[in-house]
Amino acid sequence: MIDKTEIERIKQVIVEKLSSIHTLKRVQKINQLVDEIAGQEERETESLSSEEQVVTPWVVSGKIDHDKVIEKFGCKRIDESLIDRVERLTSRRAHVFLRRGFFYAHRDLDKILDCYESGKKFYLYTGRGPSSESLHLGHLIPFLFTKYLQEAFKVPVVIQITDDEKKIWKKLEKEETKRLGRENVKDIIACGFDASNTFIFSSYATVGGKFYENVVEIADCITVNKANSTFGFTGEVSTAKMIFPSLQAAPSFSSSFPHKLFPDEKKNIPCLIPCAIDQDPYFRLTRDVAPRLDFIKPALIESKFFPALRGNNGKMSASDANSAIYINDSAADIKKKINSAVTGGRDNLEDQKKYGANLKEDIPFQYLSFFLEDDAELEHIKKEYGEGRMTTGDVKKRLVQVVTEIVERHRMARAAVTDEMVDAFMTPRPLFE
Amino acid sequence: MGFSKDHLLARLQELQIDYSKYEHPPVLTVEEQAKYVSSSEGALSKNLFLKDKKNRYYIVSAMTDTKVDMKVLSQRLGLGKGGIRMAPEEALSELLQVSLGCVTPFAVVNESARDVSLLLDQKFKNQALCIFHPLSNDVSVSLNTLGLDKFLQSIGRDSVYIDLEANPVVGRDQPPDLAVYVPSNSVVVPEFPTKTASIQTASKNVSAEKTKPVASAKPSKLAGNVKSAVEDSALLVFKNPEKFVEEILDKTTALLLSEGKGENVTALAETFRKRLTSEFTHLAVMYKNTAYSQGFYAGTQSQPKRP
Repeated sequence: MIDKTEIERIKQVIVEKLSSIHTLKRVQKINQLVDEIAGQEERETESLSSEEQVVTPWVVSGKIDHDKVIEKFGCKRIDESLIDRVERLTSRRAHVFLRRGFFYAHRDLDKILDCYESGKKFYLYTGRGPSSESLHLGHLIPFLFTKYLQEAFKVPVVIQITDDEKKIWKKLEKEETKRLGRENVKDIIACGFDASNTFIFSSYATVGGKFYENVVEIADCITVNKANSTFGFTGEVSTAKMIFPSLQAAPSFSSSFPHKLFPDEKKNIPCLIPCAIDQDPYFRLTRDVAPRLDFIKPALIESKFFPALRGNNGKMSASDANSAIYINDSAADIKKKINSAVTGGRDNLEDQKKYGANLKEDIPFQYLSFFLEDDAELEHIKKEYGEGRMTTGDVKKRLVQVVTEIVERHRMARAAVTDEMVDAFMTPRPLFE
Repeated sequence: MGFSKDHLLARLQELQIDYSKYEHPPVLTVEEQAKYVSSSEGALSKNLFLKDKKNRYYIVSAMTDTKVDMKVLSQRLGLGKGGIRMAPEEALSELLQVSLGCVTPFAVVNESARDVSLLLDQKFKNQALCIFHPLSNDVSVSLNTLGLDKFLQSIGRDSVYIDLEANPVVGRDQPPDLAVYVPSNSVVVPEFPTKTASIQTASKNVSAEKTKPVASAKPSKLAGNVKSAVEDSALLVFKNPEKFVEEILDKTTALLLSEGKGENVTALAETFRKRLTSEFTHLAVMYKNTAYSQGFYAGTQSQPKRP
């Protein structure tokens, strides 16, 4: 059985070798054939491994084993040496999410660091599908991390608001997704992006000109079969869904943006995409397509899923209010929700003292590991709680403090975001250092 | 010149409207006024002088604890979400012929204010007595709403009482419920400062209203489901250098007071750095973004007009 990464490599070699001789059409045909062979292989592999976990850009369910996901997708783990390198290059401590292994996988992050080290610029690209007005902590995570990357590396950020995607997938009215988009932008701005160096754009508003030229180039490289096998589409799917992946891919290439945006746009500028690991399929595809169009493959830095308060199964869900902490929650709500979280504490005090808590299952502890900045304090809690000297109640109390602080700070920043500010962020204009 | 306070009081007497008069030093805010006129005398009012994008003006007079959401008000008047804002100082003197700190329902007695729409808080009706300035902020007058109505009728106005805290849905099938109170005529007040909507001077010299100073920032521009008090003070912090510095010093001194017991100075300094760096950076980013957005907006407004 040939695994997926091998197949990609084989394809690339063939394409490179033959592209000078054959026309683009034949190259596409070759790709198609290889895909079909790969498709057969893949189907065999799938039926053999009885995986419960499902990870696609639209569905995440089952008990997620993050290591298996890396294996399945073929990306690399971020190790200590890479984190150290980041710290060295940026002359500051790595972000909590990086230190604690929340952003744990990558593709070509080392190449980006090489680029940066040699003085070349790169830019950051992330996005949000505005399916709801109220955001929860899980939604904010990629933005908080991207903001740190912007600050640390002093590079521009582009953020795509996929109002079209949510219309297509969630069947919302386009006016509603546009409105939600603007509301979400306010929360995104509140995460602390620098107005002089950040461009936020709505899919609906931006497609056209150079952006569209690239969408067409990209879409032309993706066969229907490829799209189906990557995203699990069937013949019933609307063609809008088929176009969409190319729309999400286009911002990975700097030539998609208007002339003025990046200061030196004669050359292609490399792109780093912080995202949750379920977005990997989109960008895997994008990376395949890139060399065929003479673009630089976007690099990825990927996070785990933010565990729901209800436990390690799946993502936070908008339908279960207690599964997530929302930005608009009052201090009382936050306390209530955290208190109802699934924990790894034992059933009674004696057992707790004897065995300590099950840290792997314990949601409050996991949350603390993401949000508590102080390494020493976390270590202390890990030890005390894991060995039974601390109770779940204590851990929950500390978490309530930490989370309430974050949420209130966000709310205050959000309250200061004016419509003018949204307009400023969403207008194409030169981005400076 | 407009009506003077004595003129007004004489008129009230002519109309046989009962009122009580309280003299005090000039006051600019409700809080100050409350020092001299206690609530046993009547319900204090906060008075906002507002203007919309089409140069139409409104006086909104409300109980001090009524929450006036400018965004909601703007929508209910059919002006969209950000359509209404505080009127500038010039308008105060030109149209209402009163000075800072004197906005009052009585101001509509002036001819110059004939196109100003007056909206009153319906909660006034439940009060025995309500307190307003009689065109001058060194006097307060308490009277019953019936008395106010009588006065307004005498100058050919209908009293309009509305539920200021209501938040009805405004949409295609639900027309804005207050649109009928939008004046039919707009007024051009000469000598305006540059009409940049987002230059909301956070300084307290914005057109006189009896609201607390913090609320003089523009709530209508704000988003989110946060309580107005947080919204107003948040905006100010990021627009006004003094408030910004005040916020920083507040946080620093709070930390000092809570951590500074018996710790040696070096360790304390380290704690400060650790705890405050990210917080202050956050504040600074918002400050920068606010300044950038204001500049950006000003830039878009200064396009040379097409011939």
